[in-house]
Amino acid sequence: MWTIVKQIARAGICTQAVPEFSDALRLEAQRIQRDILDILGRALTIRQVDAGSCNGCELEIHALNNPYYNIEGLGIRFVASPRHADMLLVTGPVSRNMEVALKRTFEATPDPKLVVAVGECGCNGGIFGESYASCGRVSNVIPVDLAVPGCPPAPVEILRGILTAVRRCRPKSEDKPGGS
Amino acid sequence: MRLSGLTIDFEQLAAPLPVLYGAVNAEDWLAVPMTLVKSGGRLVSIWGTECGDGEPGQYAICAAYAAREGLLWIELPLAGRTTYPDLTPLFPCANRMQRAVADLLGIAAQDASDQRSWLNHGAWSPAHFPLRQKSSGDAIASDRQPGDYPFVRVEGDGVHEIPVGPVHAGIIEPGHFRFSIVGEKVLRLEQRLGYTHKGIDKRFEQFAPMEAHRLAGRVSGDSTVAFAWAYCMALESAAGCKISARGAWLRALMLERERVANHLGDLGALGNDASFSFGLAQFSRLREDWLRTSAAIFGHRLMMDCVVPGGVATDIDRAAIDLIDQQCDAVEREVQILRNIYDEHAGLQDRFITTGRVQPALAAQLGLTGLAGRASGQAADLRSDHPCPPYDELEVKMATHRNGDVAARVTVRFEETLESLRLIRALCKGLPGGAVVTELELPATGSRGAGWVEGWRGEVLVILELEADANGSHIRRCHCHDPSWQNWPVLEHAVIGNIVPDFPLINKSFNLSYSGHDL
Repeated sequence: MWTIVKQIARAGICTQAVPEFSDALRLEAQRIQRDILDILGRALTIRQVDAGSCNGCELEIHALNNPYYNIEGLGIRFVASPRHADMLLVTGPVSRNMEVALKRTFEATPDPKLVVAVGECGCNGGIFGESYASCGRVSNVIPVDLAVPGCPPAPVEILRGILTAVRRCRPKSEDKPGGS
Repeated sequence: MRLSGLTIDFEQLAAPLPVLYGAVNAEDWLAVPMTLVKSGGRLVSIWGTECGDGEPGQYAICAAYAAREGLLWIELPLAGRTTYPDLTPLFPCANRMQRAVADLLGIAAQDASDQRSWLNHGAWSPAHFPLRQKSSGDAIASDRQPGDYPFVRVEGDGVHEIPVGPVHAGIIEPGHFRFSIVGEKVLRLEQRLGYTHKGIDKRFEQFAPMEAHRLAGRVSGDSTVAFAWAYCMALESAAGCKISARGAWLRALMLERERVANHLGDLGALGNDASFSFGLAQFSRLREDWLRTSAAIFGHRLMMDCVVPGGVATDIDRAAIDLIDQQCDAVEREVQILRNIYDEHAGLQDRFITTGRVQPALAAQLGLTGLAGRASGQAADLRSDHPCPPYDELEVKMATHRNGDVAARVTVRFEETLESLRLIRALCKGLPGGAVVTELELPATGSRGAGWVEGWRGEVLVILELEADANGSHIRRCHCHDPSWQNWPVLEHAVIGNIVPDFPLINKSFNLSYSGHDL
């Protein structure tokens, strides 16, 4: 136990500022939390769906869960079921073998829902394109709100995409103060 | 060239590892594996091809074996037939590979007991064979559903099934697992894979040979360096190009960095799957530091597209070498500390030890390979068995254990991480001067090559056949093989008798690729 505590203390807190604006991490984190609360009334829950990727995007989505990005501190969580999710984070070119499963996952996600396509393949079919085995980009199969390019996009880009998608669906009362 | 006990004339290909090619008849098609089974050889891969120079409708079945002499690439022309002698009685891991060949090329193993479709879930017509040059049948979907797959039923009192996937509960690739259980004990697991099949073998034909390393680098994202190197080795072998020493050393540097990155990620995830989230936090922090250094030095966090035909895309300078050295020291210190914590944590060891056990005898019979194989007494590692430059100067120490449980696979990862850190420092220290890319001239005639690389998961193989016409050189056939083909079926055995909640831990301890398998 002592060695564990010592290692935790030695490693310290490595969480870095969230992307986009200020260096003032605390203010920014509060603002993101407020945005998410304003829009959804609670934390943002994400269901990740690999619809046929090479697993490069999955590695970077995993990395998003490391202490550097501290997404749970922002109120963002990855969940185990689409029925618990506000957002689908979809990677891949959608393989034909995953077409039905992706559609069913989309249908199982309660409204209102957001879909973010991650990676070059999710955006435009990428290097695999469309073929007998691949449907190409995610929006060929389900409606997509936002696409994050990159092969694979770095975790900070994926986080930026998630936050942008949330902001984009913000109600018209853009300037209303948080918490009201 | 002749091999002991065989009467086949092998042609040695120009590759940095020994690769022997031989066309055989039906009798020798079985004689080769029979000889190899006795001498501890392994089946590496099976694929099919359309014979280039003949009329359409002429196919050949190919197999690659790992023998003491090197890689044996055997080709059996089928002379108008669409069947060939079944290899599963000799090498059980042939089963799914043969079924994949049947789905993609329409040639089947004669009298094989299992002829179920493997990659074709009904997304394209069963009469359509994508790898045929003049594809017969319609590419559009049939009305077959993935759920129609005839799983093997376990009958008996109190037996019930748990279907899992293809969409899994974590951030994982898609695949279907069908558990037959009594209470919480697993009686049987049957996998249904192929969900990420995106037609990579066919896609290669649309790429110029000098560009296709990018596609190879996306066969399995976690092994991008291994596959890109294997493709480039195959291309260089087909073109008779010998790369510069500096190019080879930098490739090895990247390959070892890829190994460390994956092992760090897995060690954290394995702690987490045993409810020790401290491990995930610590190792994922180390992995993130590691990837950021890769991005700073090579321009990409996973080092995608950094291995190119003829060498590597970026050179490194003194400052980069110092940075790598320092990071190796820092990571080594932390890994040692974390290893002690893992070793002394009773709760963690309780979950690891004896869980998901594969005994060495079973591992040998089923052809368990790579990292998982080395944890079950299968002492094979291309870096020490057939060391190509620069491994011939590094004396790689192979990590092997015999317990075959999750704990052994964790131990192999710790040992390989530390060994790779040593190799990285040695590679930095001895890095020869000179150019990083050698000019590669594509052959003016048809040619073949193979690339065989020990990735972090195990041996990856890329087989390349080029054809040439007035417009230059084209890819006629390119086949990629990931060690997950061998190891997925062994996972079905590893979970027998374990409890369902231990499956994620056992699965993670193998950490197999879906994309690399499904292609």
